[in-house]
Amino acid sequence: MDDKHDEYKRTVFVTVGTTSFDSLVKTVDSKQVKEALSAKGYTHLVIQMGRGSYIPKKSSGEDGSLVVDYFTFSSSIADYLRSASLVISHAGSGSIFETLRLAKPLIVVVNEDLMDNHQSELAEELAERKHLFCARPQTLCEVTKSLNLDTIVPYEPGDANPVAKLINKHLGFPVD
Amino acid sequence: MVDFVSVSLVFVIASTLLVVRILYVISQSSKPARNASQKSLSTLVVLGSGGHTAEMINLLTVLQKERFAPRFYIAAATDNMSLQKARVFEDTLDDKISLKGANSIQFMQIYRSREVGQSYITSVGTTLYALAHALWLMVKIRPQVILCNGPGTCIPICAIAFVFKVLGIRWSHIFYVESIARVKRLSLSGLLLYKLRMADQLFVQWPSLQKQYPRAHYVGRLM
Repeated sequence: MDDKHDEYKRTVFVTVGTTSFDSLVKTVDSKQVKEALSAKGYTHLVIQMGRGSYIPKKSSGEDGSLVVDYFTFSSSIADYLRSASLVISHAGSGSIFETLRLAKPLIVVVNEDLMDNHQSELAEELAERKHLFCARPQTLCEVTKSLNLDTIVPYEPGDANPVAKLINKHLGFPVD
Repeated sequence: MVDFVSVSLVFVIASTLLVVRILYVISQSSKPARNASQKSLSTLVVLGSGGHTAEMINLLTVLQKERFAPRFYIAAATDNMSLQKARVFEDTLDDKISLKGANSIQFMQIYRSREVGQSYITSVGTTLYALAHALWLMVKIRPQVILCNGPGTCIPICAIAFVFKVLGIRWSHIFYVESIARVKRLSLSGLLLYKLRMADQLFVQWPSLQKQYPRAHYVGRLM
């Protein structure tokens, strides 16, 4: 890819984490969602599909549509997150906070097929606080169409000192 | 008949003593320790996958390393990433404050009681197996402090630690930090430790959880 293109390059990075999330990959790969992303000014779509069996269609974007690429796993997810203009992620807390720390716009898609689905709790709470957008595979298209990045409230990183203090106090260590 | 009465009597006395001892352990665990010597405490850190490990590393970063030493890290045998992250964390620490002796930091693997997505019924068998392995590790480590934050792996460990306390084998302080992913309900691990009062202190990262579980301590977000 030459530099001339990079200037206009706005990449959407999709990550499903260490497992599989076919319904997300399938939805992202659908015509409607890709068109909605194009309409929002995104030019590239990179999908980390994990152990999923649904293979997205690669595209070089010659017809003016999104350039689509995918891979299964990578040790440099952080690099993909850093170079992305928008991240669409599964609801794992590791992935969510890594993206928020990089201050990237984030749509979290909750996997409703998981047995113990507590993951929506975190995504919904953070969405309520306007740090990210929360969707289900079937609502991703709507969420994308109505995406307004100006409403995002930047996420302030947490602090482990309060819990460290309580632990020290309980163990009889001096707390300064 | 006399035999039956005496056997019953012994049984009743033994159970009563056990109950009294358990209640004593629970009440002592909730009180701050008298630690006049200020000696360092051997610490077992139970790591979970992905987000859990990141939260634990954030906590370890601010804990005084010289107080919590030697350190033993345990992660599930199926989890390759967590111990690697802990190794990276330990490597970043200043060598000057690291302890003498090659065994001051150790990394170990443990069988998991339940994989993500495994049904609760088959979990029973795997939990028993994990329990036996945890017992072996706990006999070897006998930690004074146990830090855990969510993975099912910590339940056998904490249960054994509690039994050790009751039997007077080893007194360990159990701290449980509920994952930031839990906003409205405790995880199964958190709920078990809370209901059975096995943890000295149970921390939650969202105020809504603390309202629901008043014995938990709200500590704000770790991430």
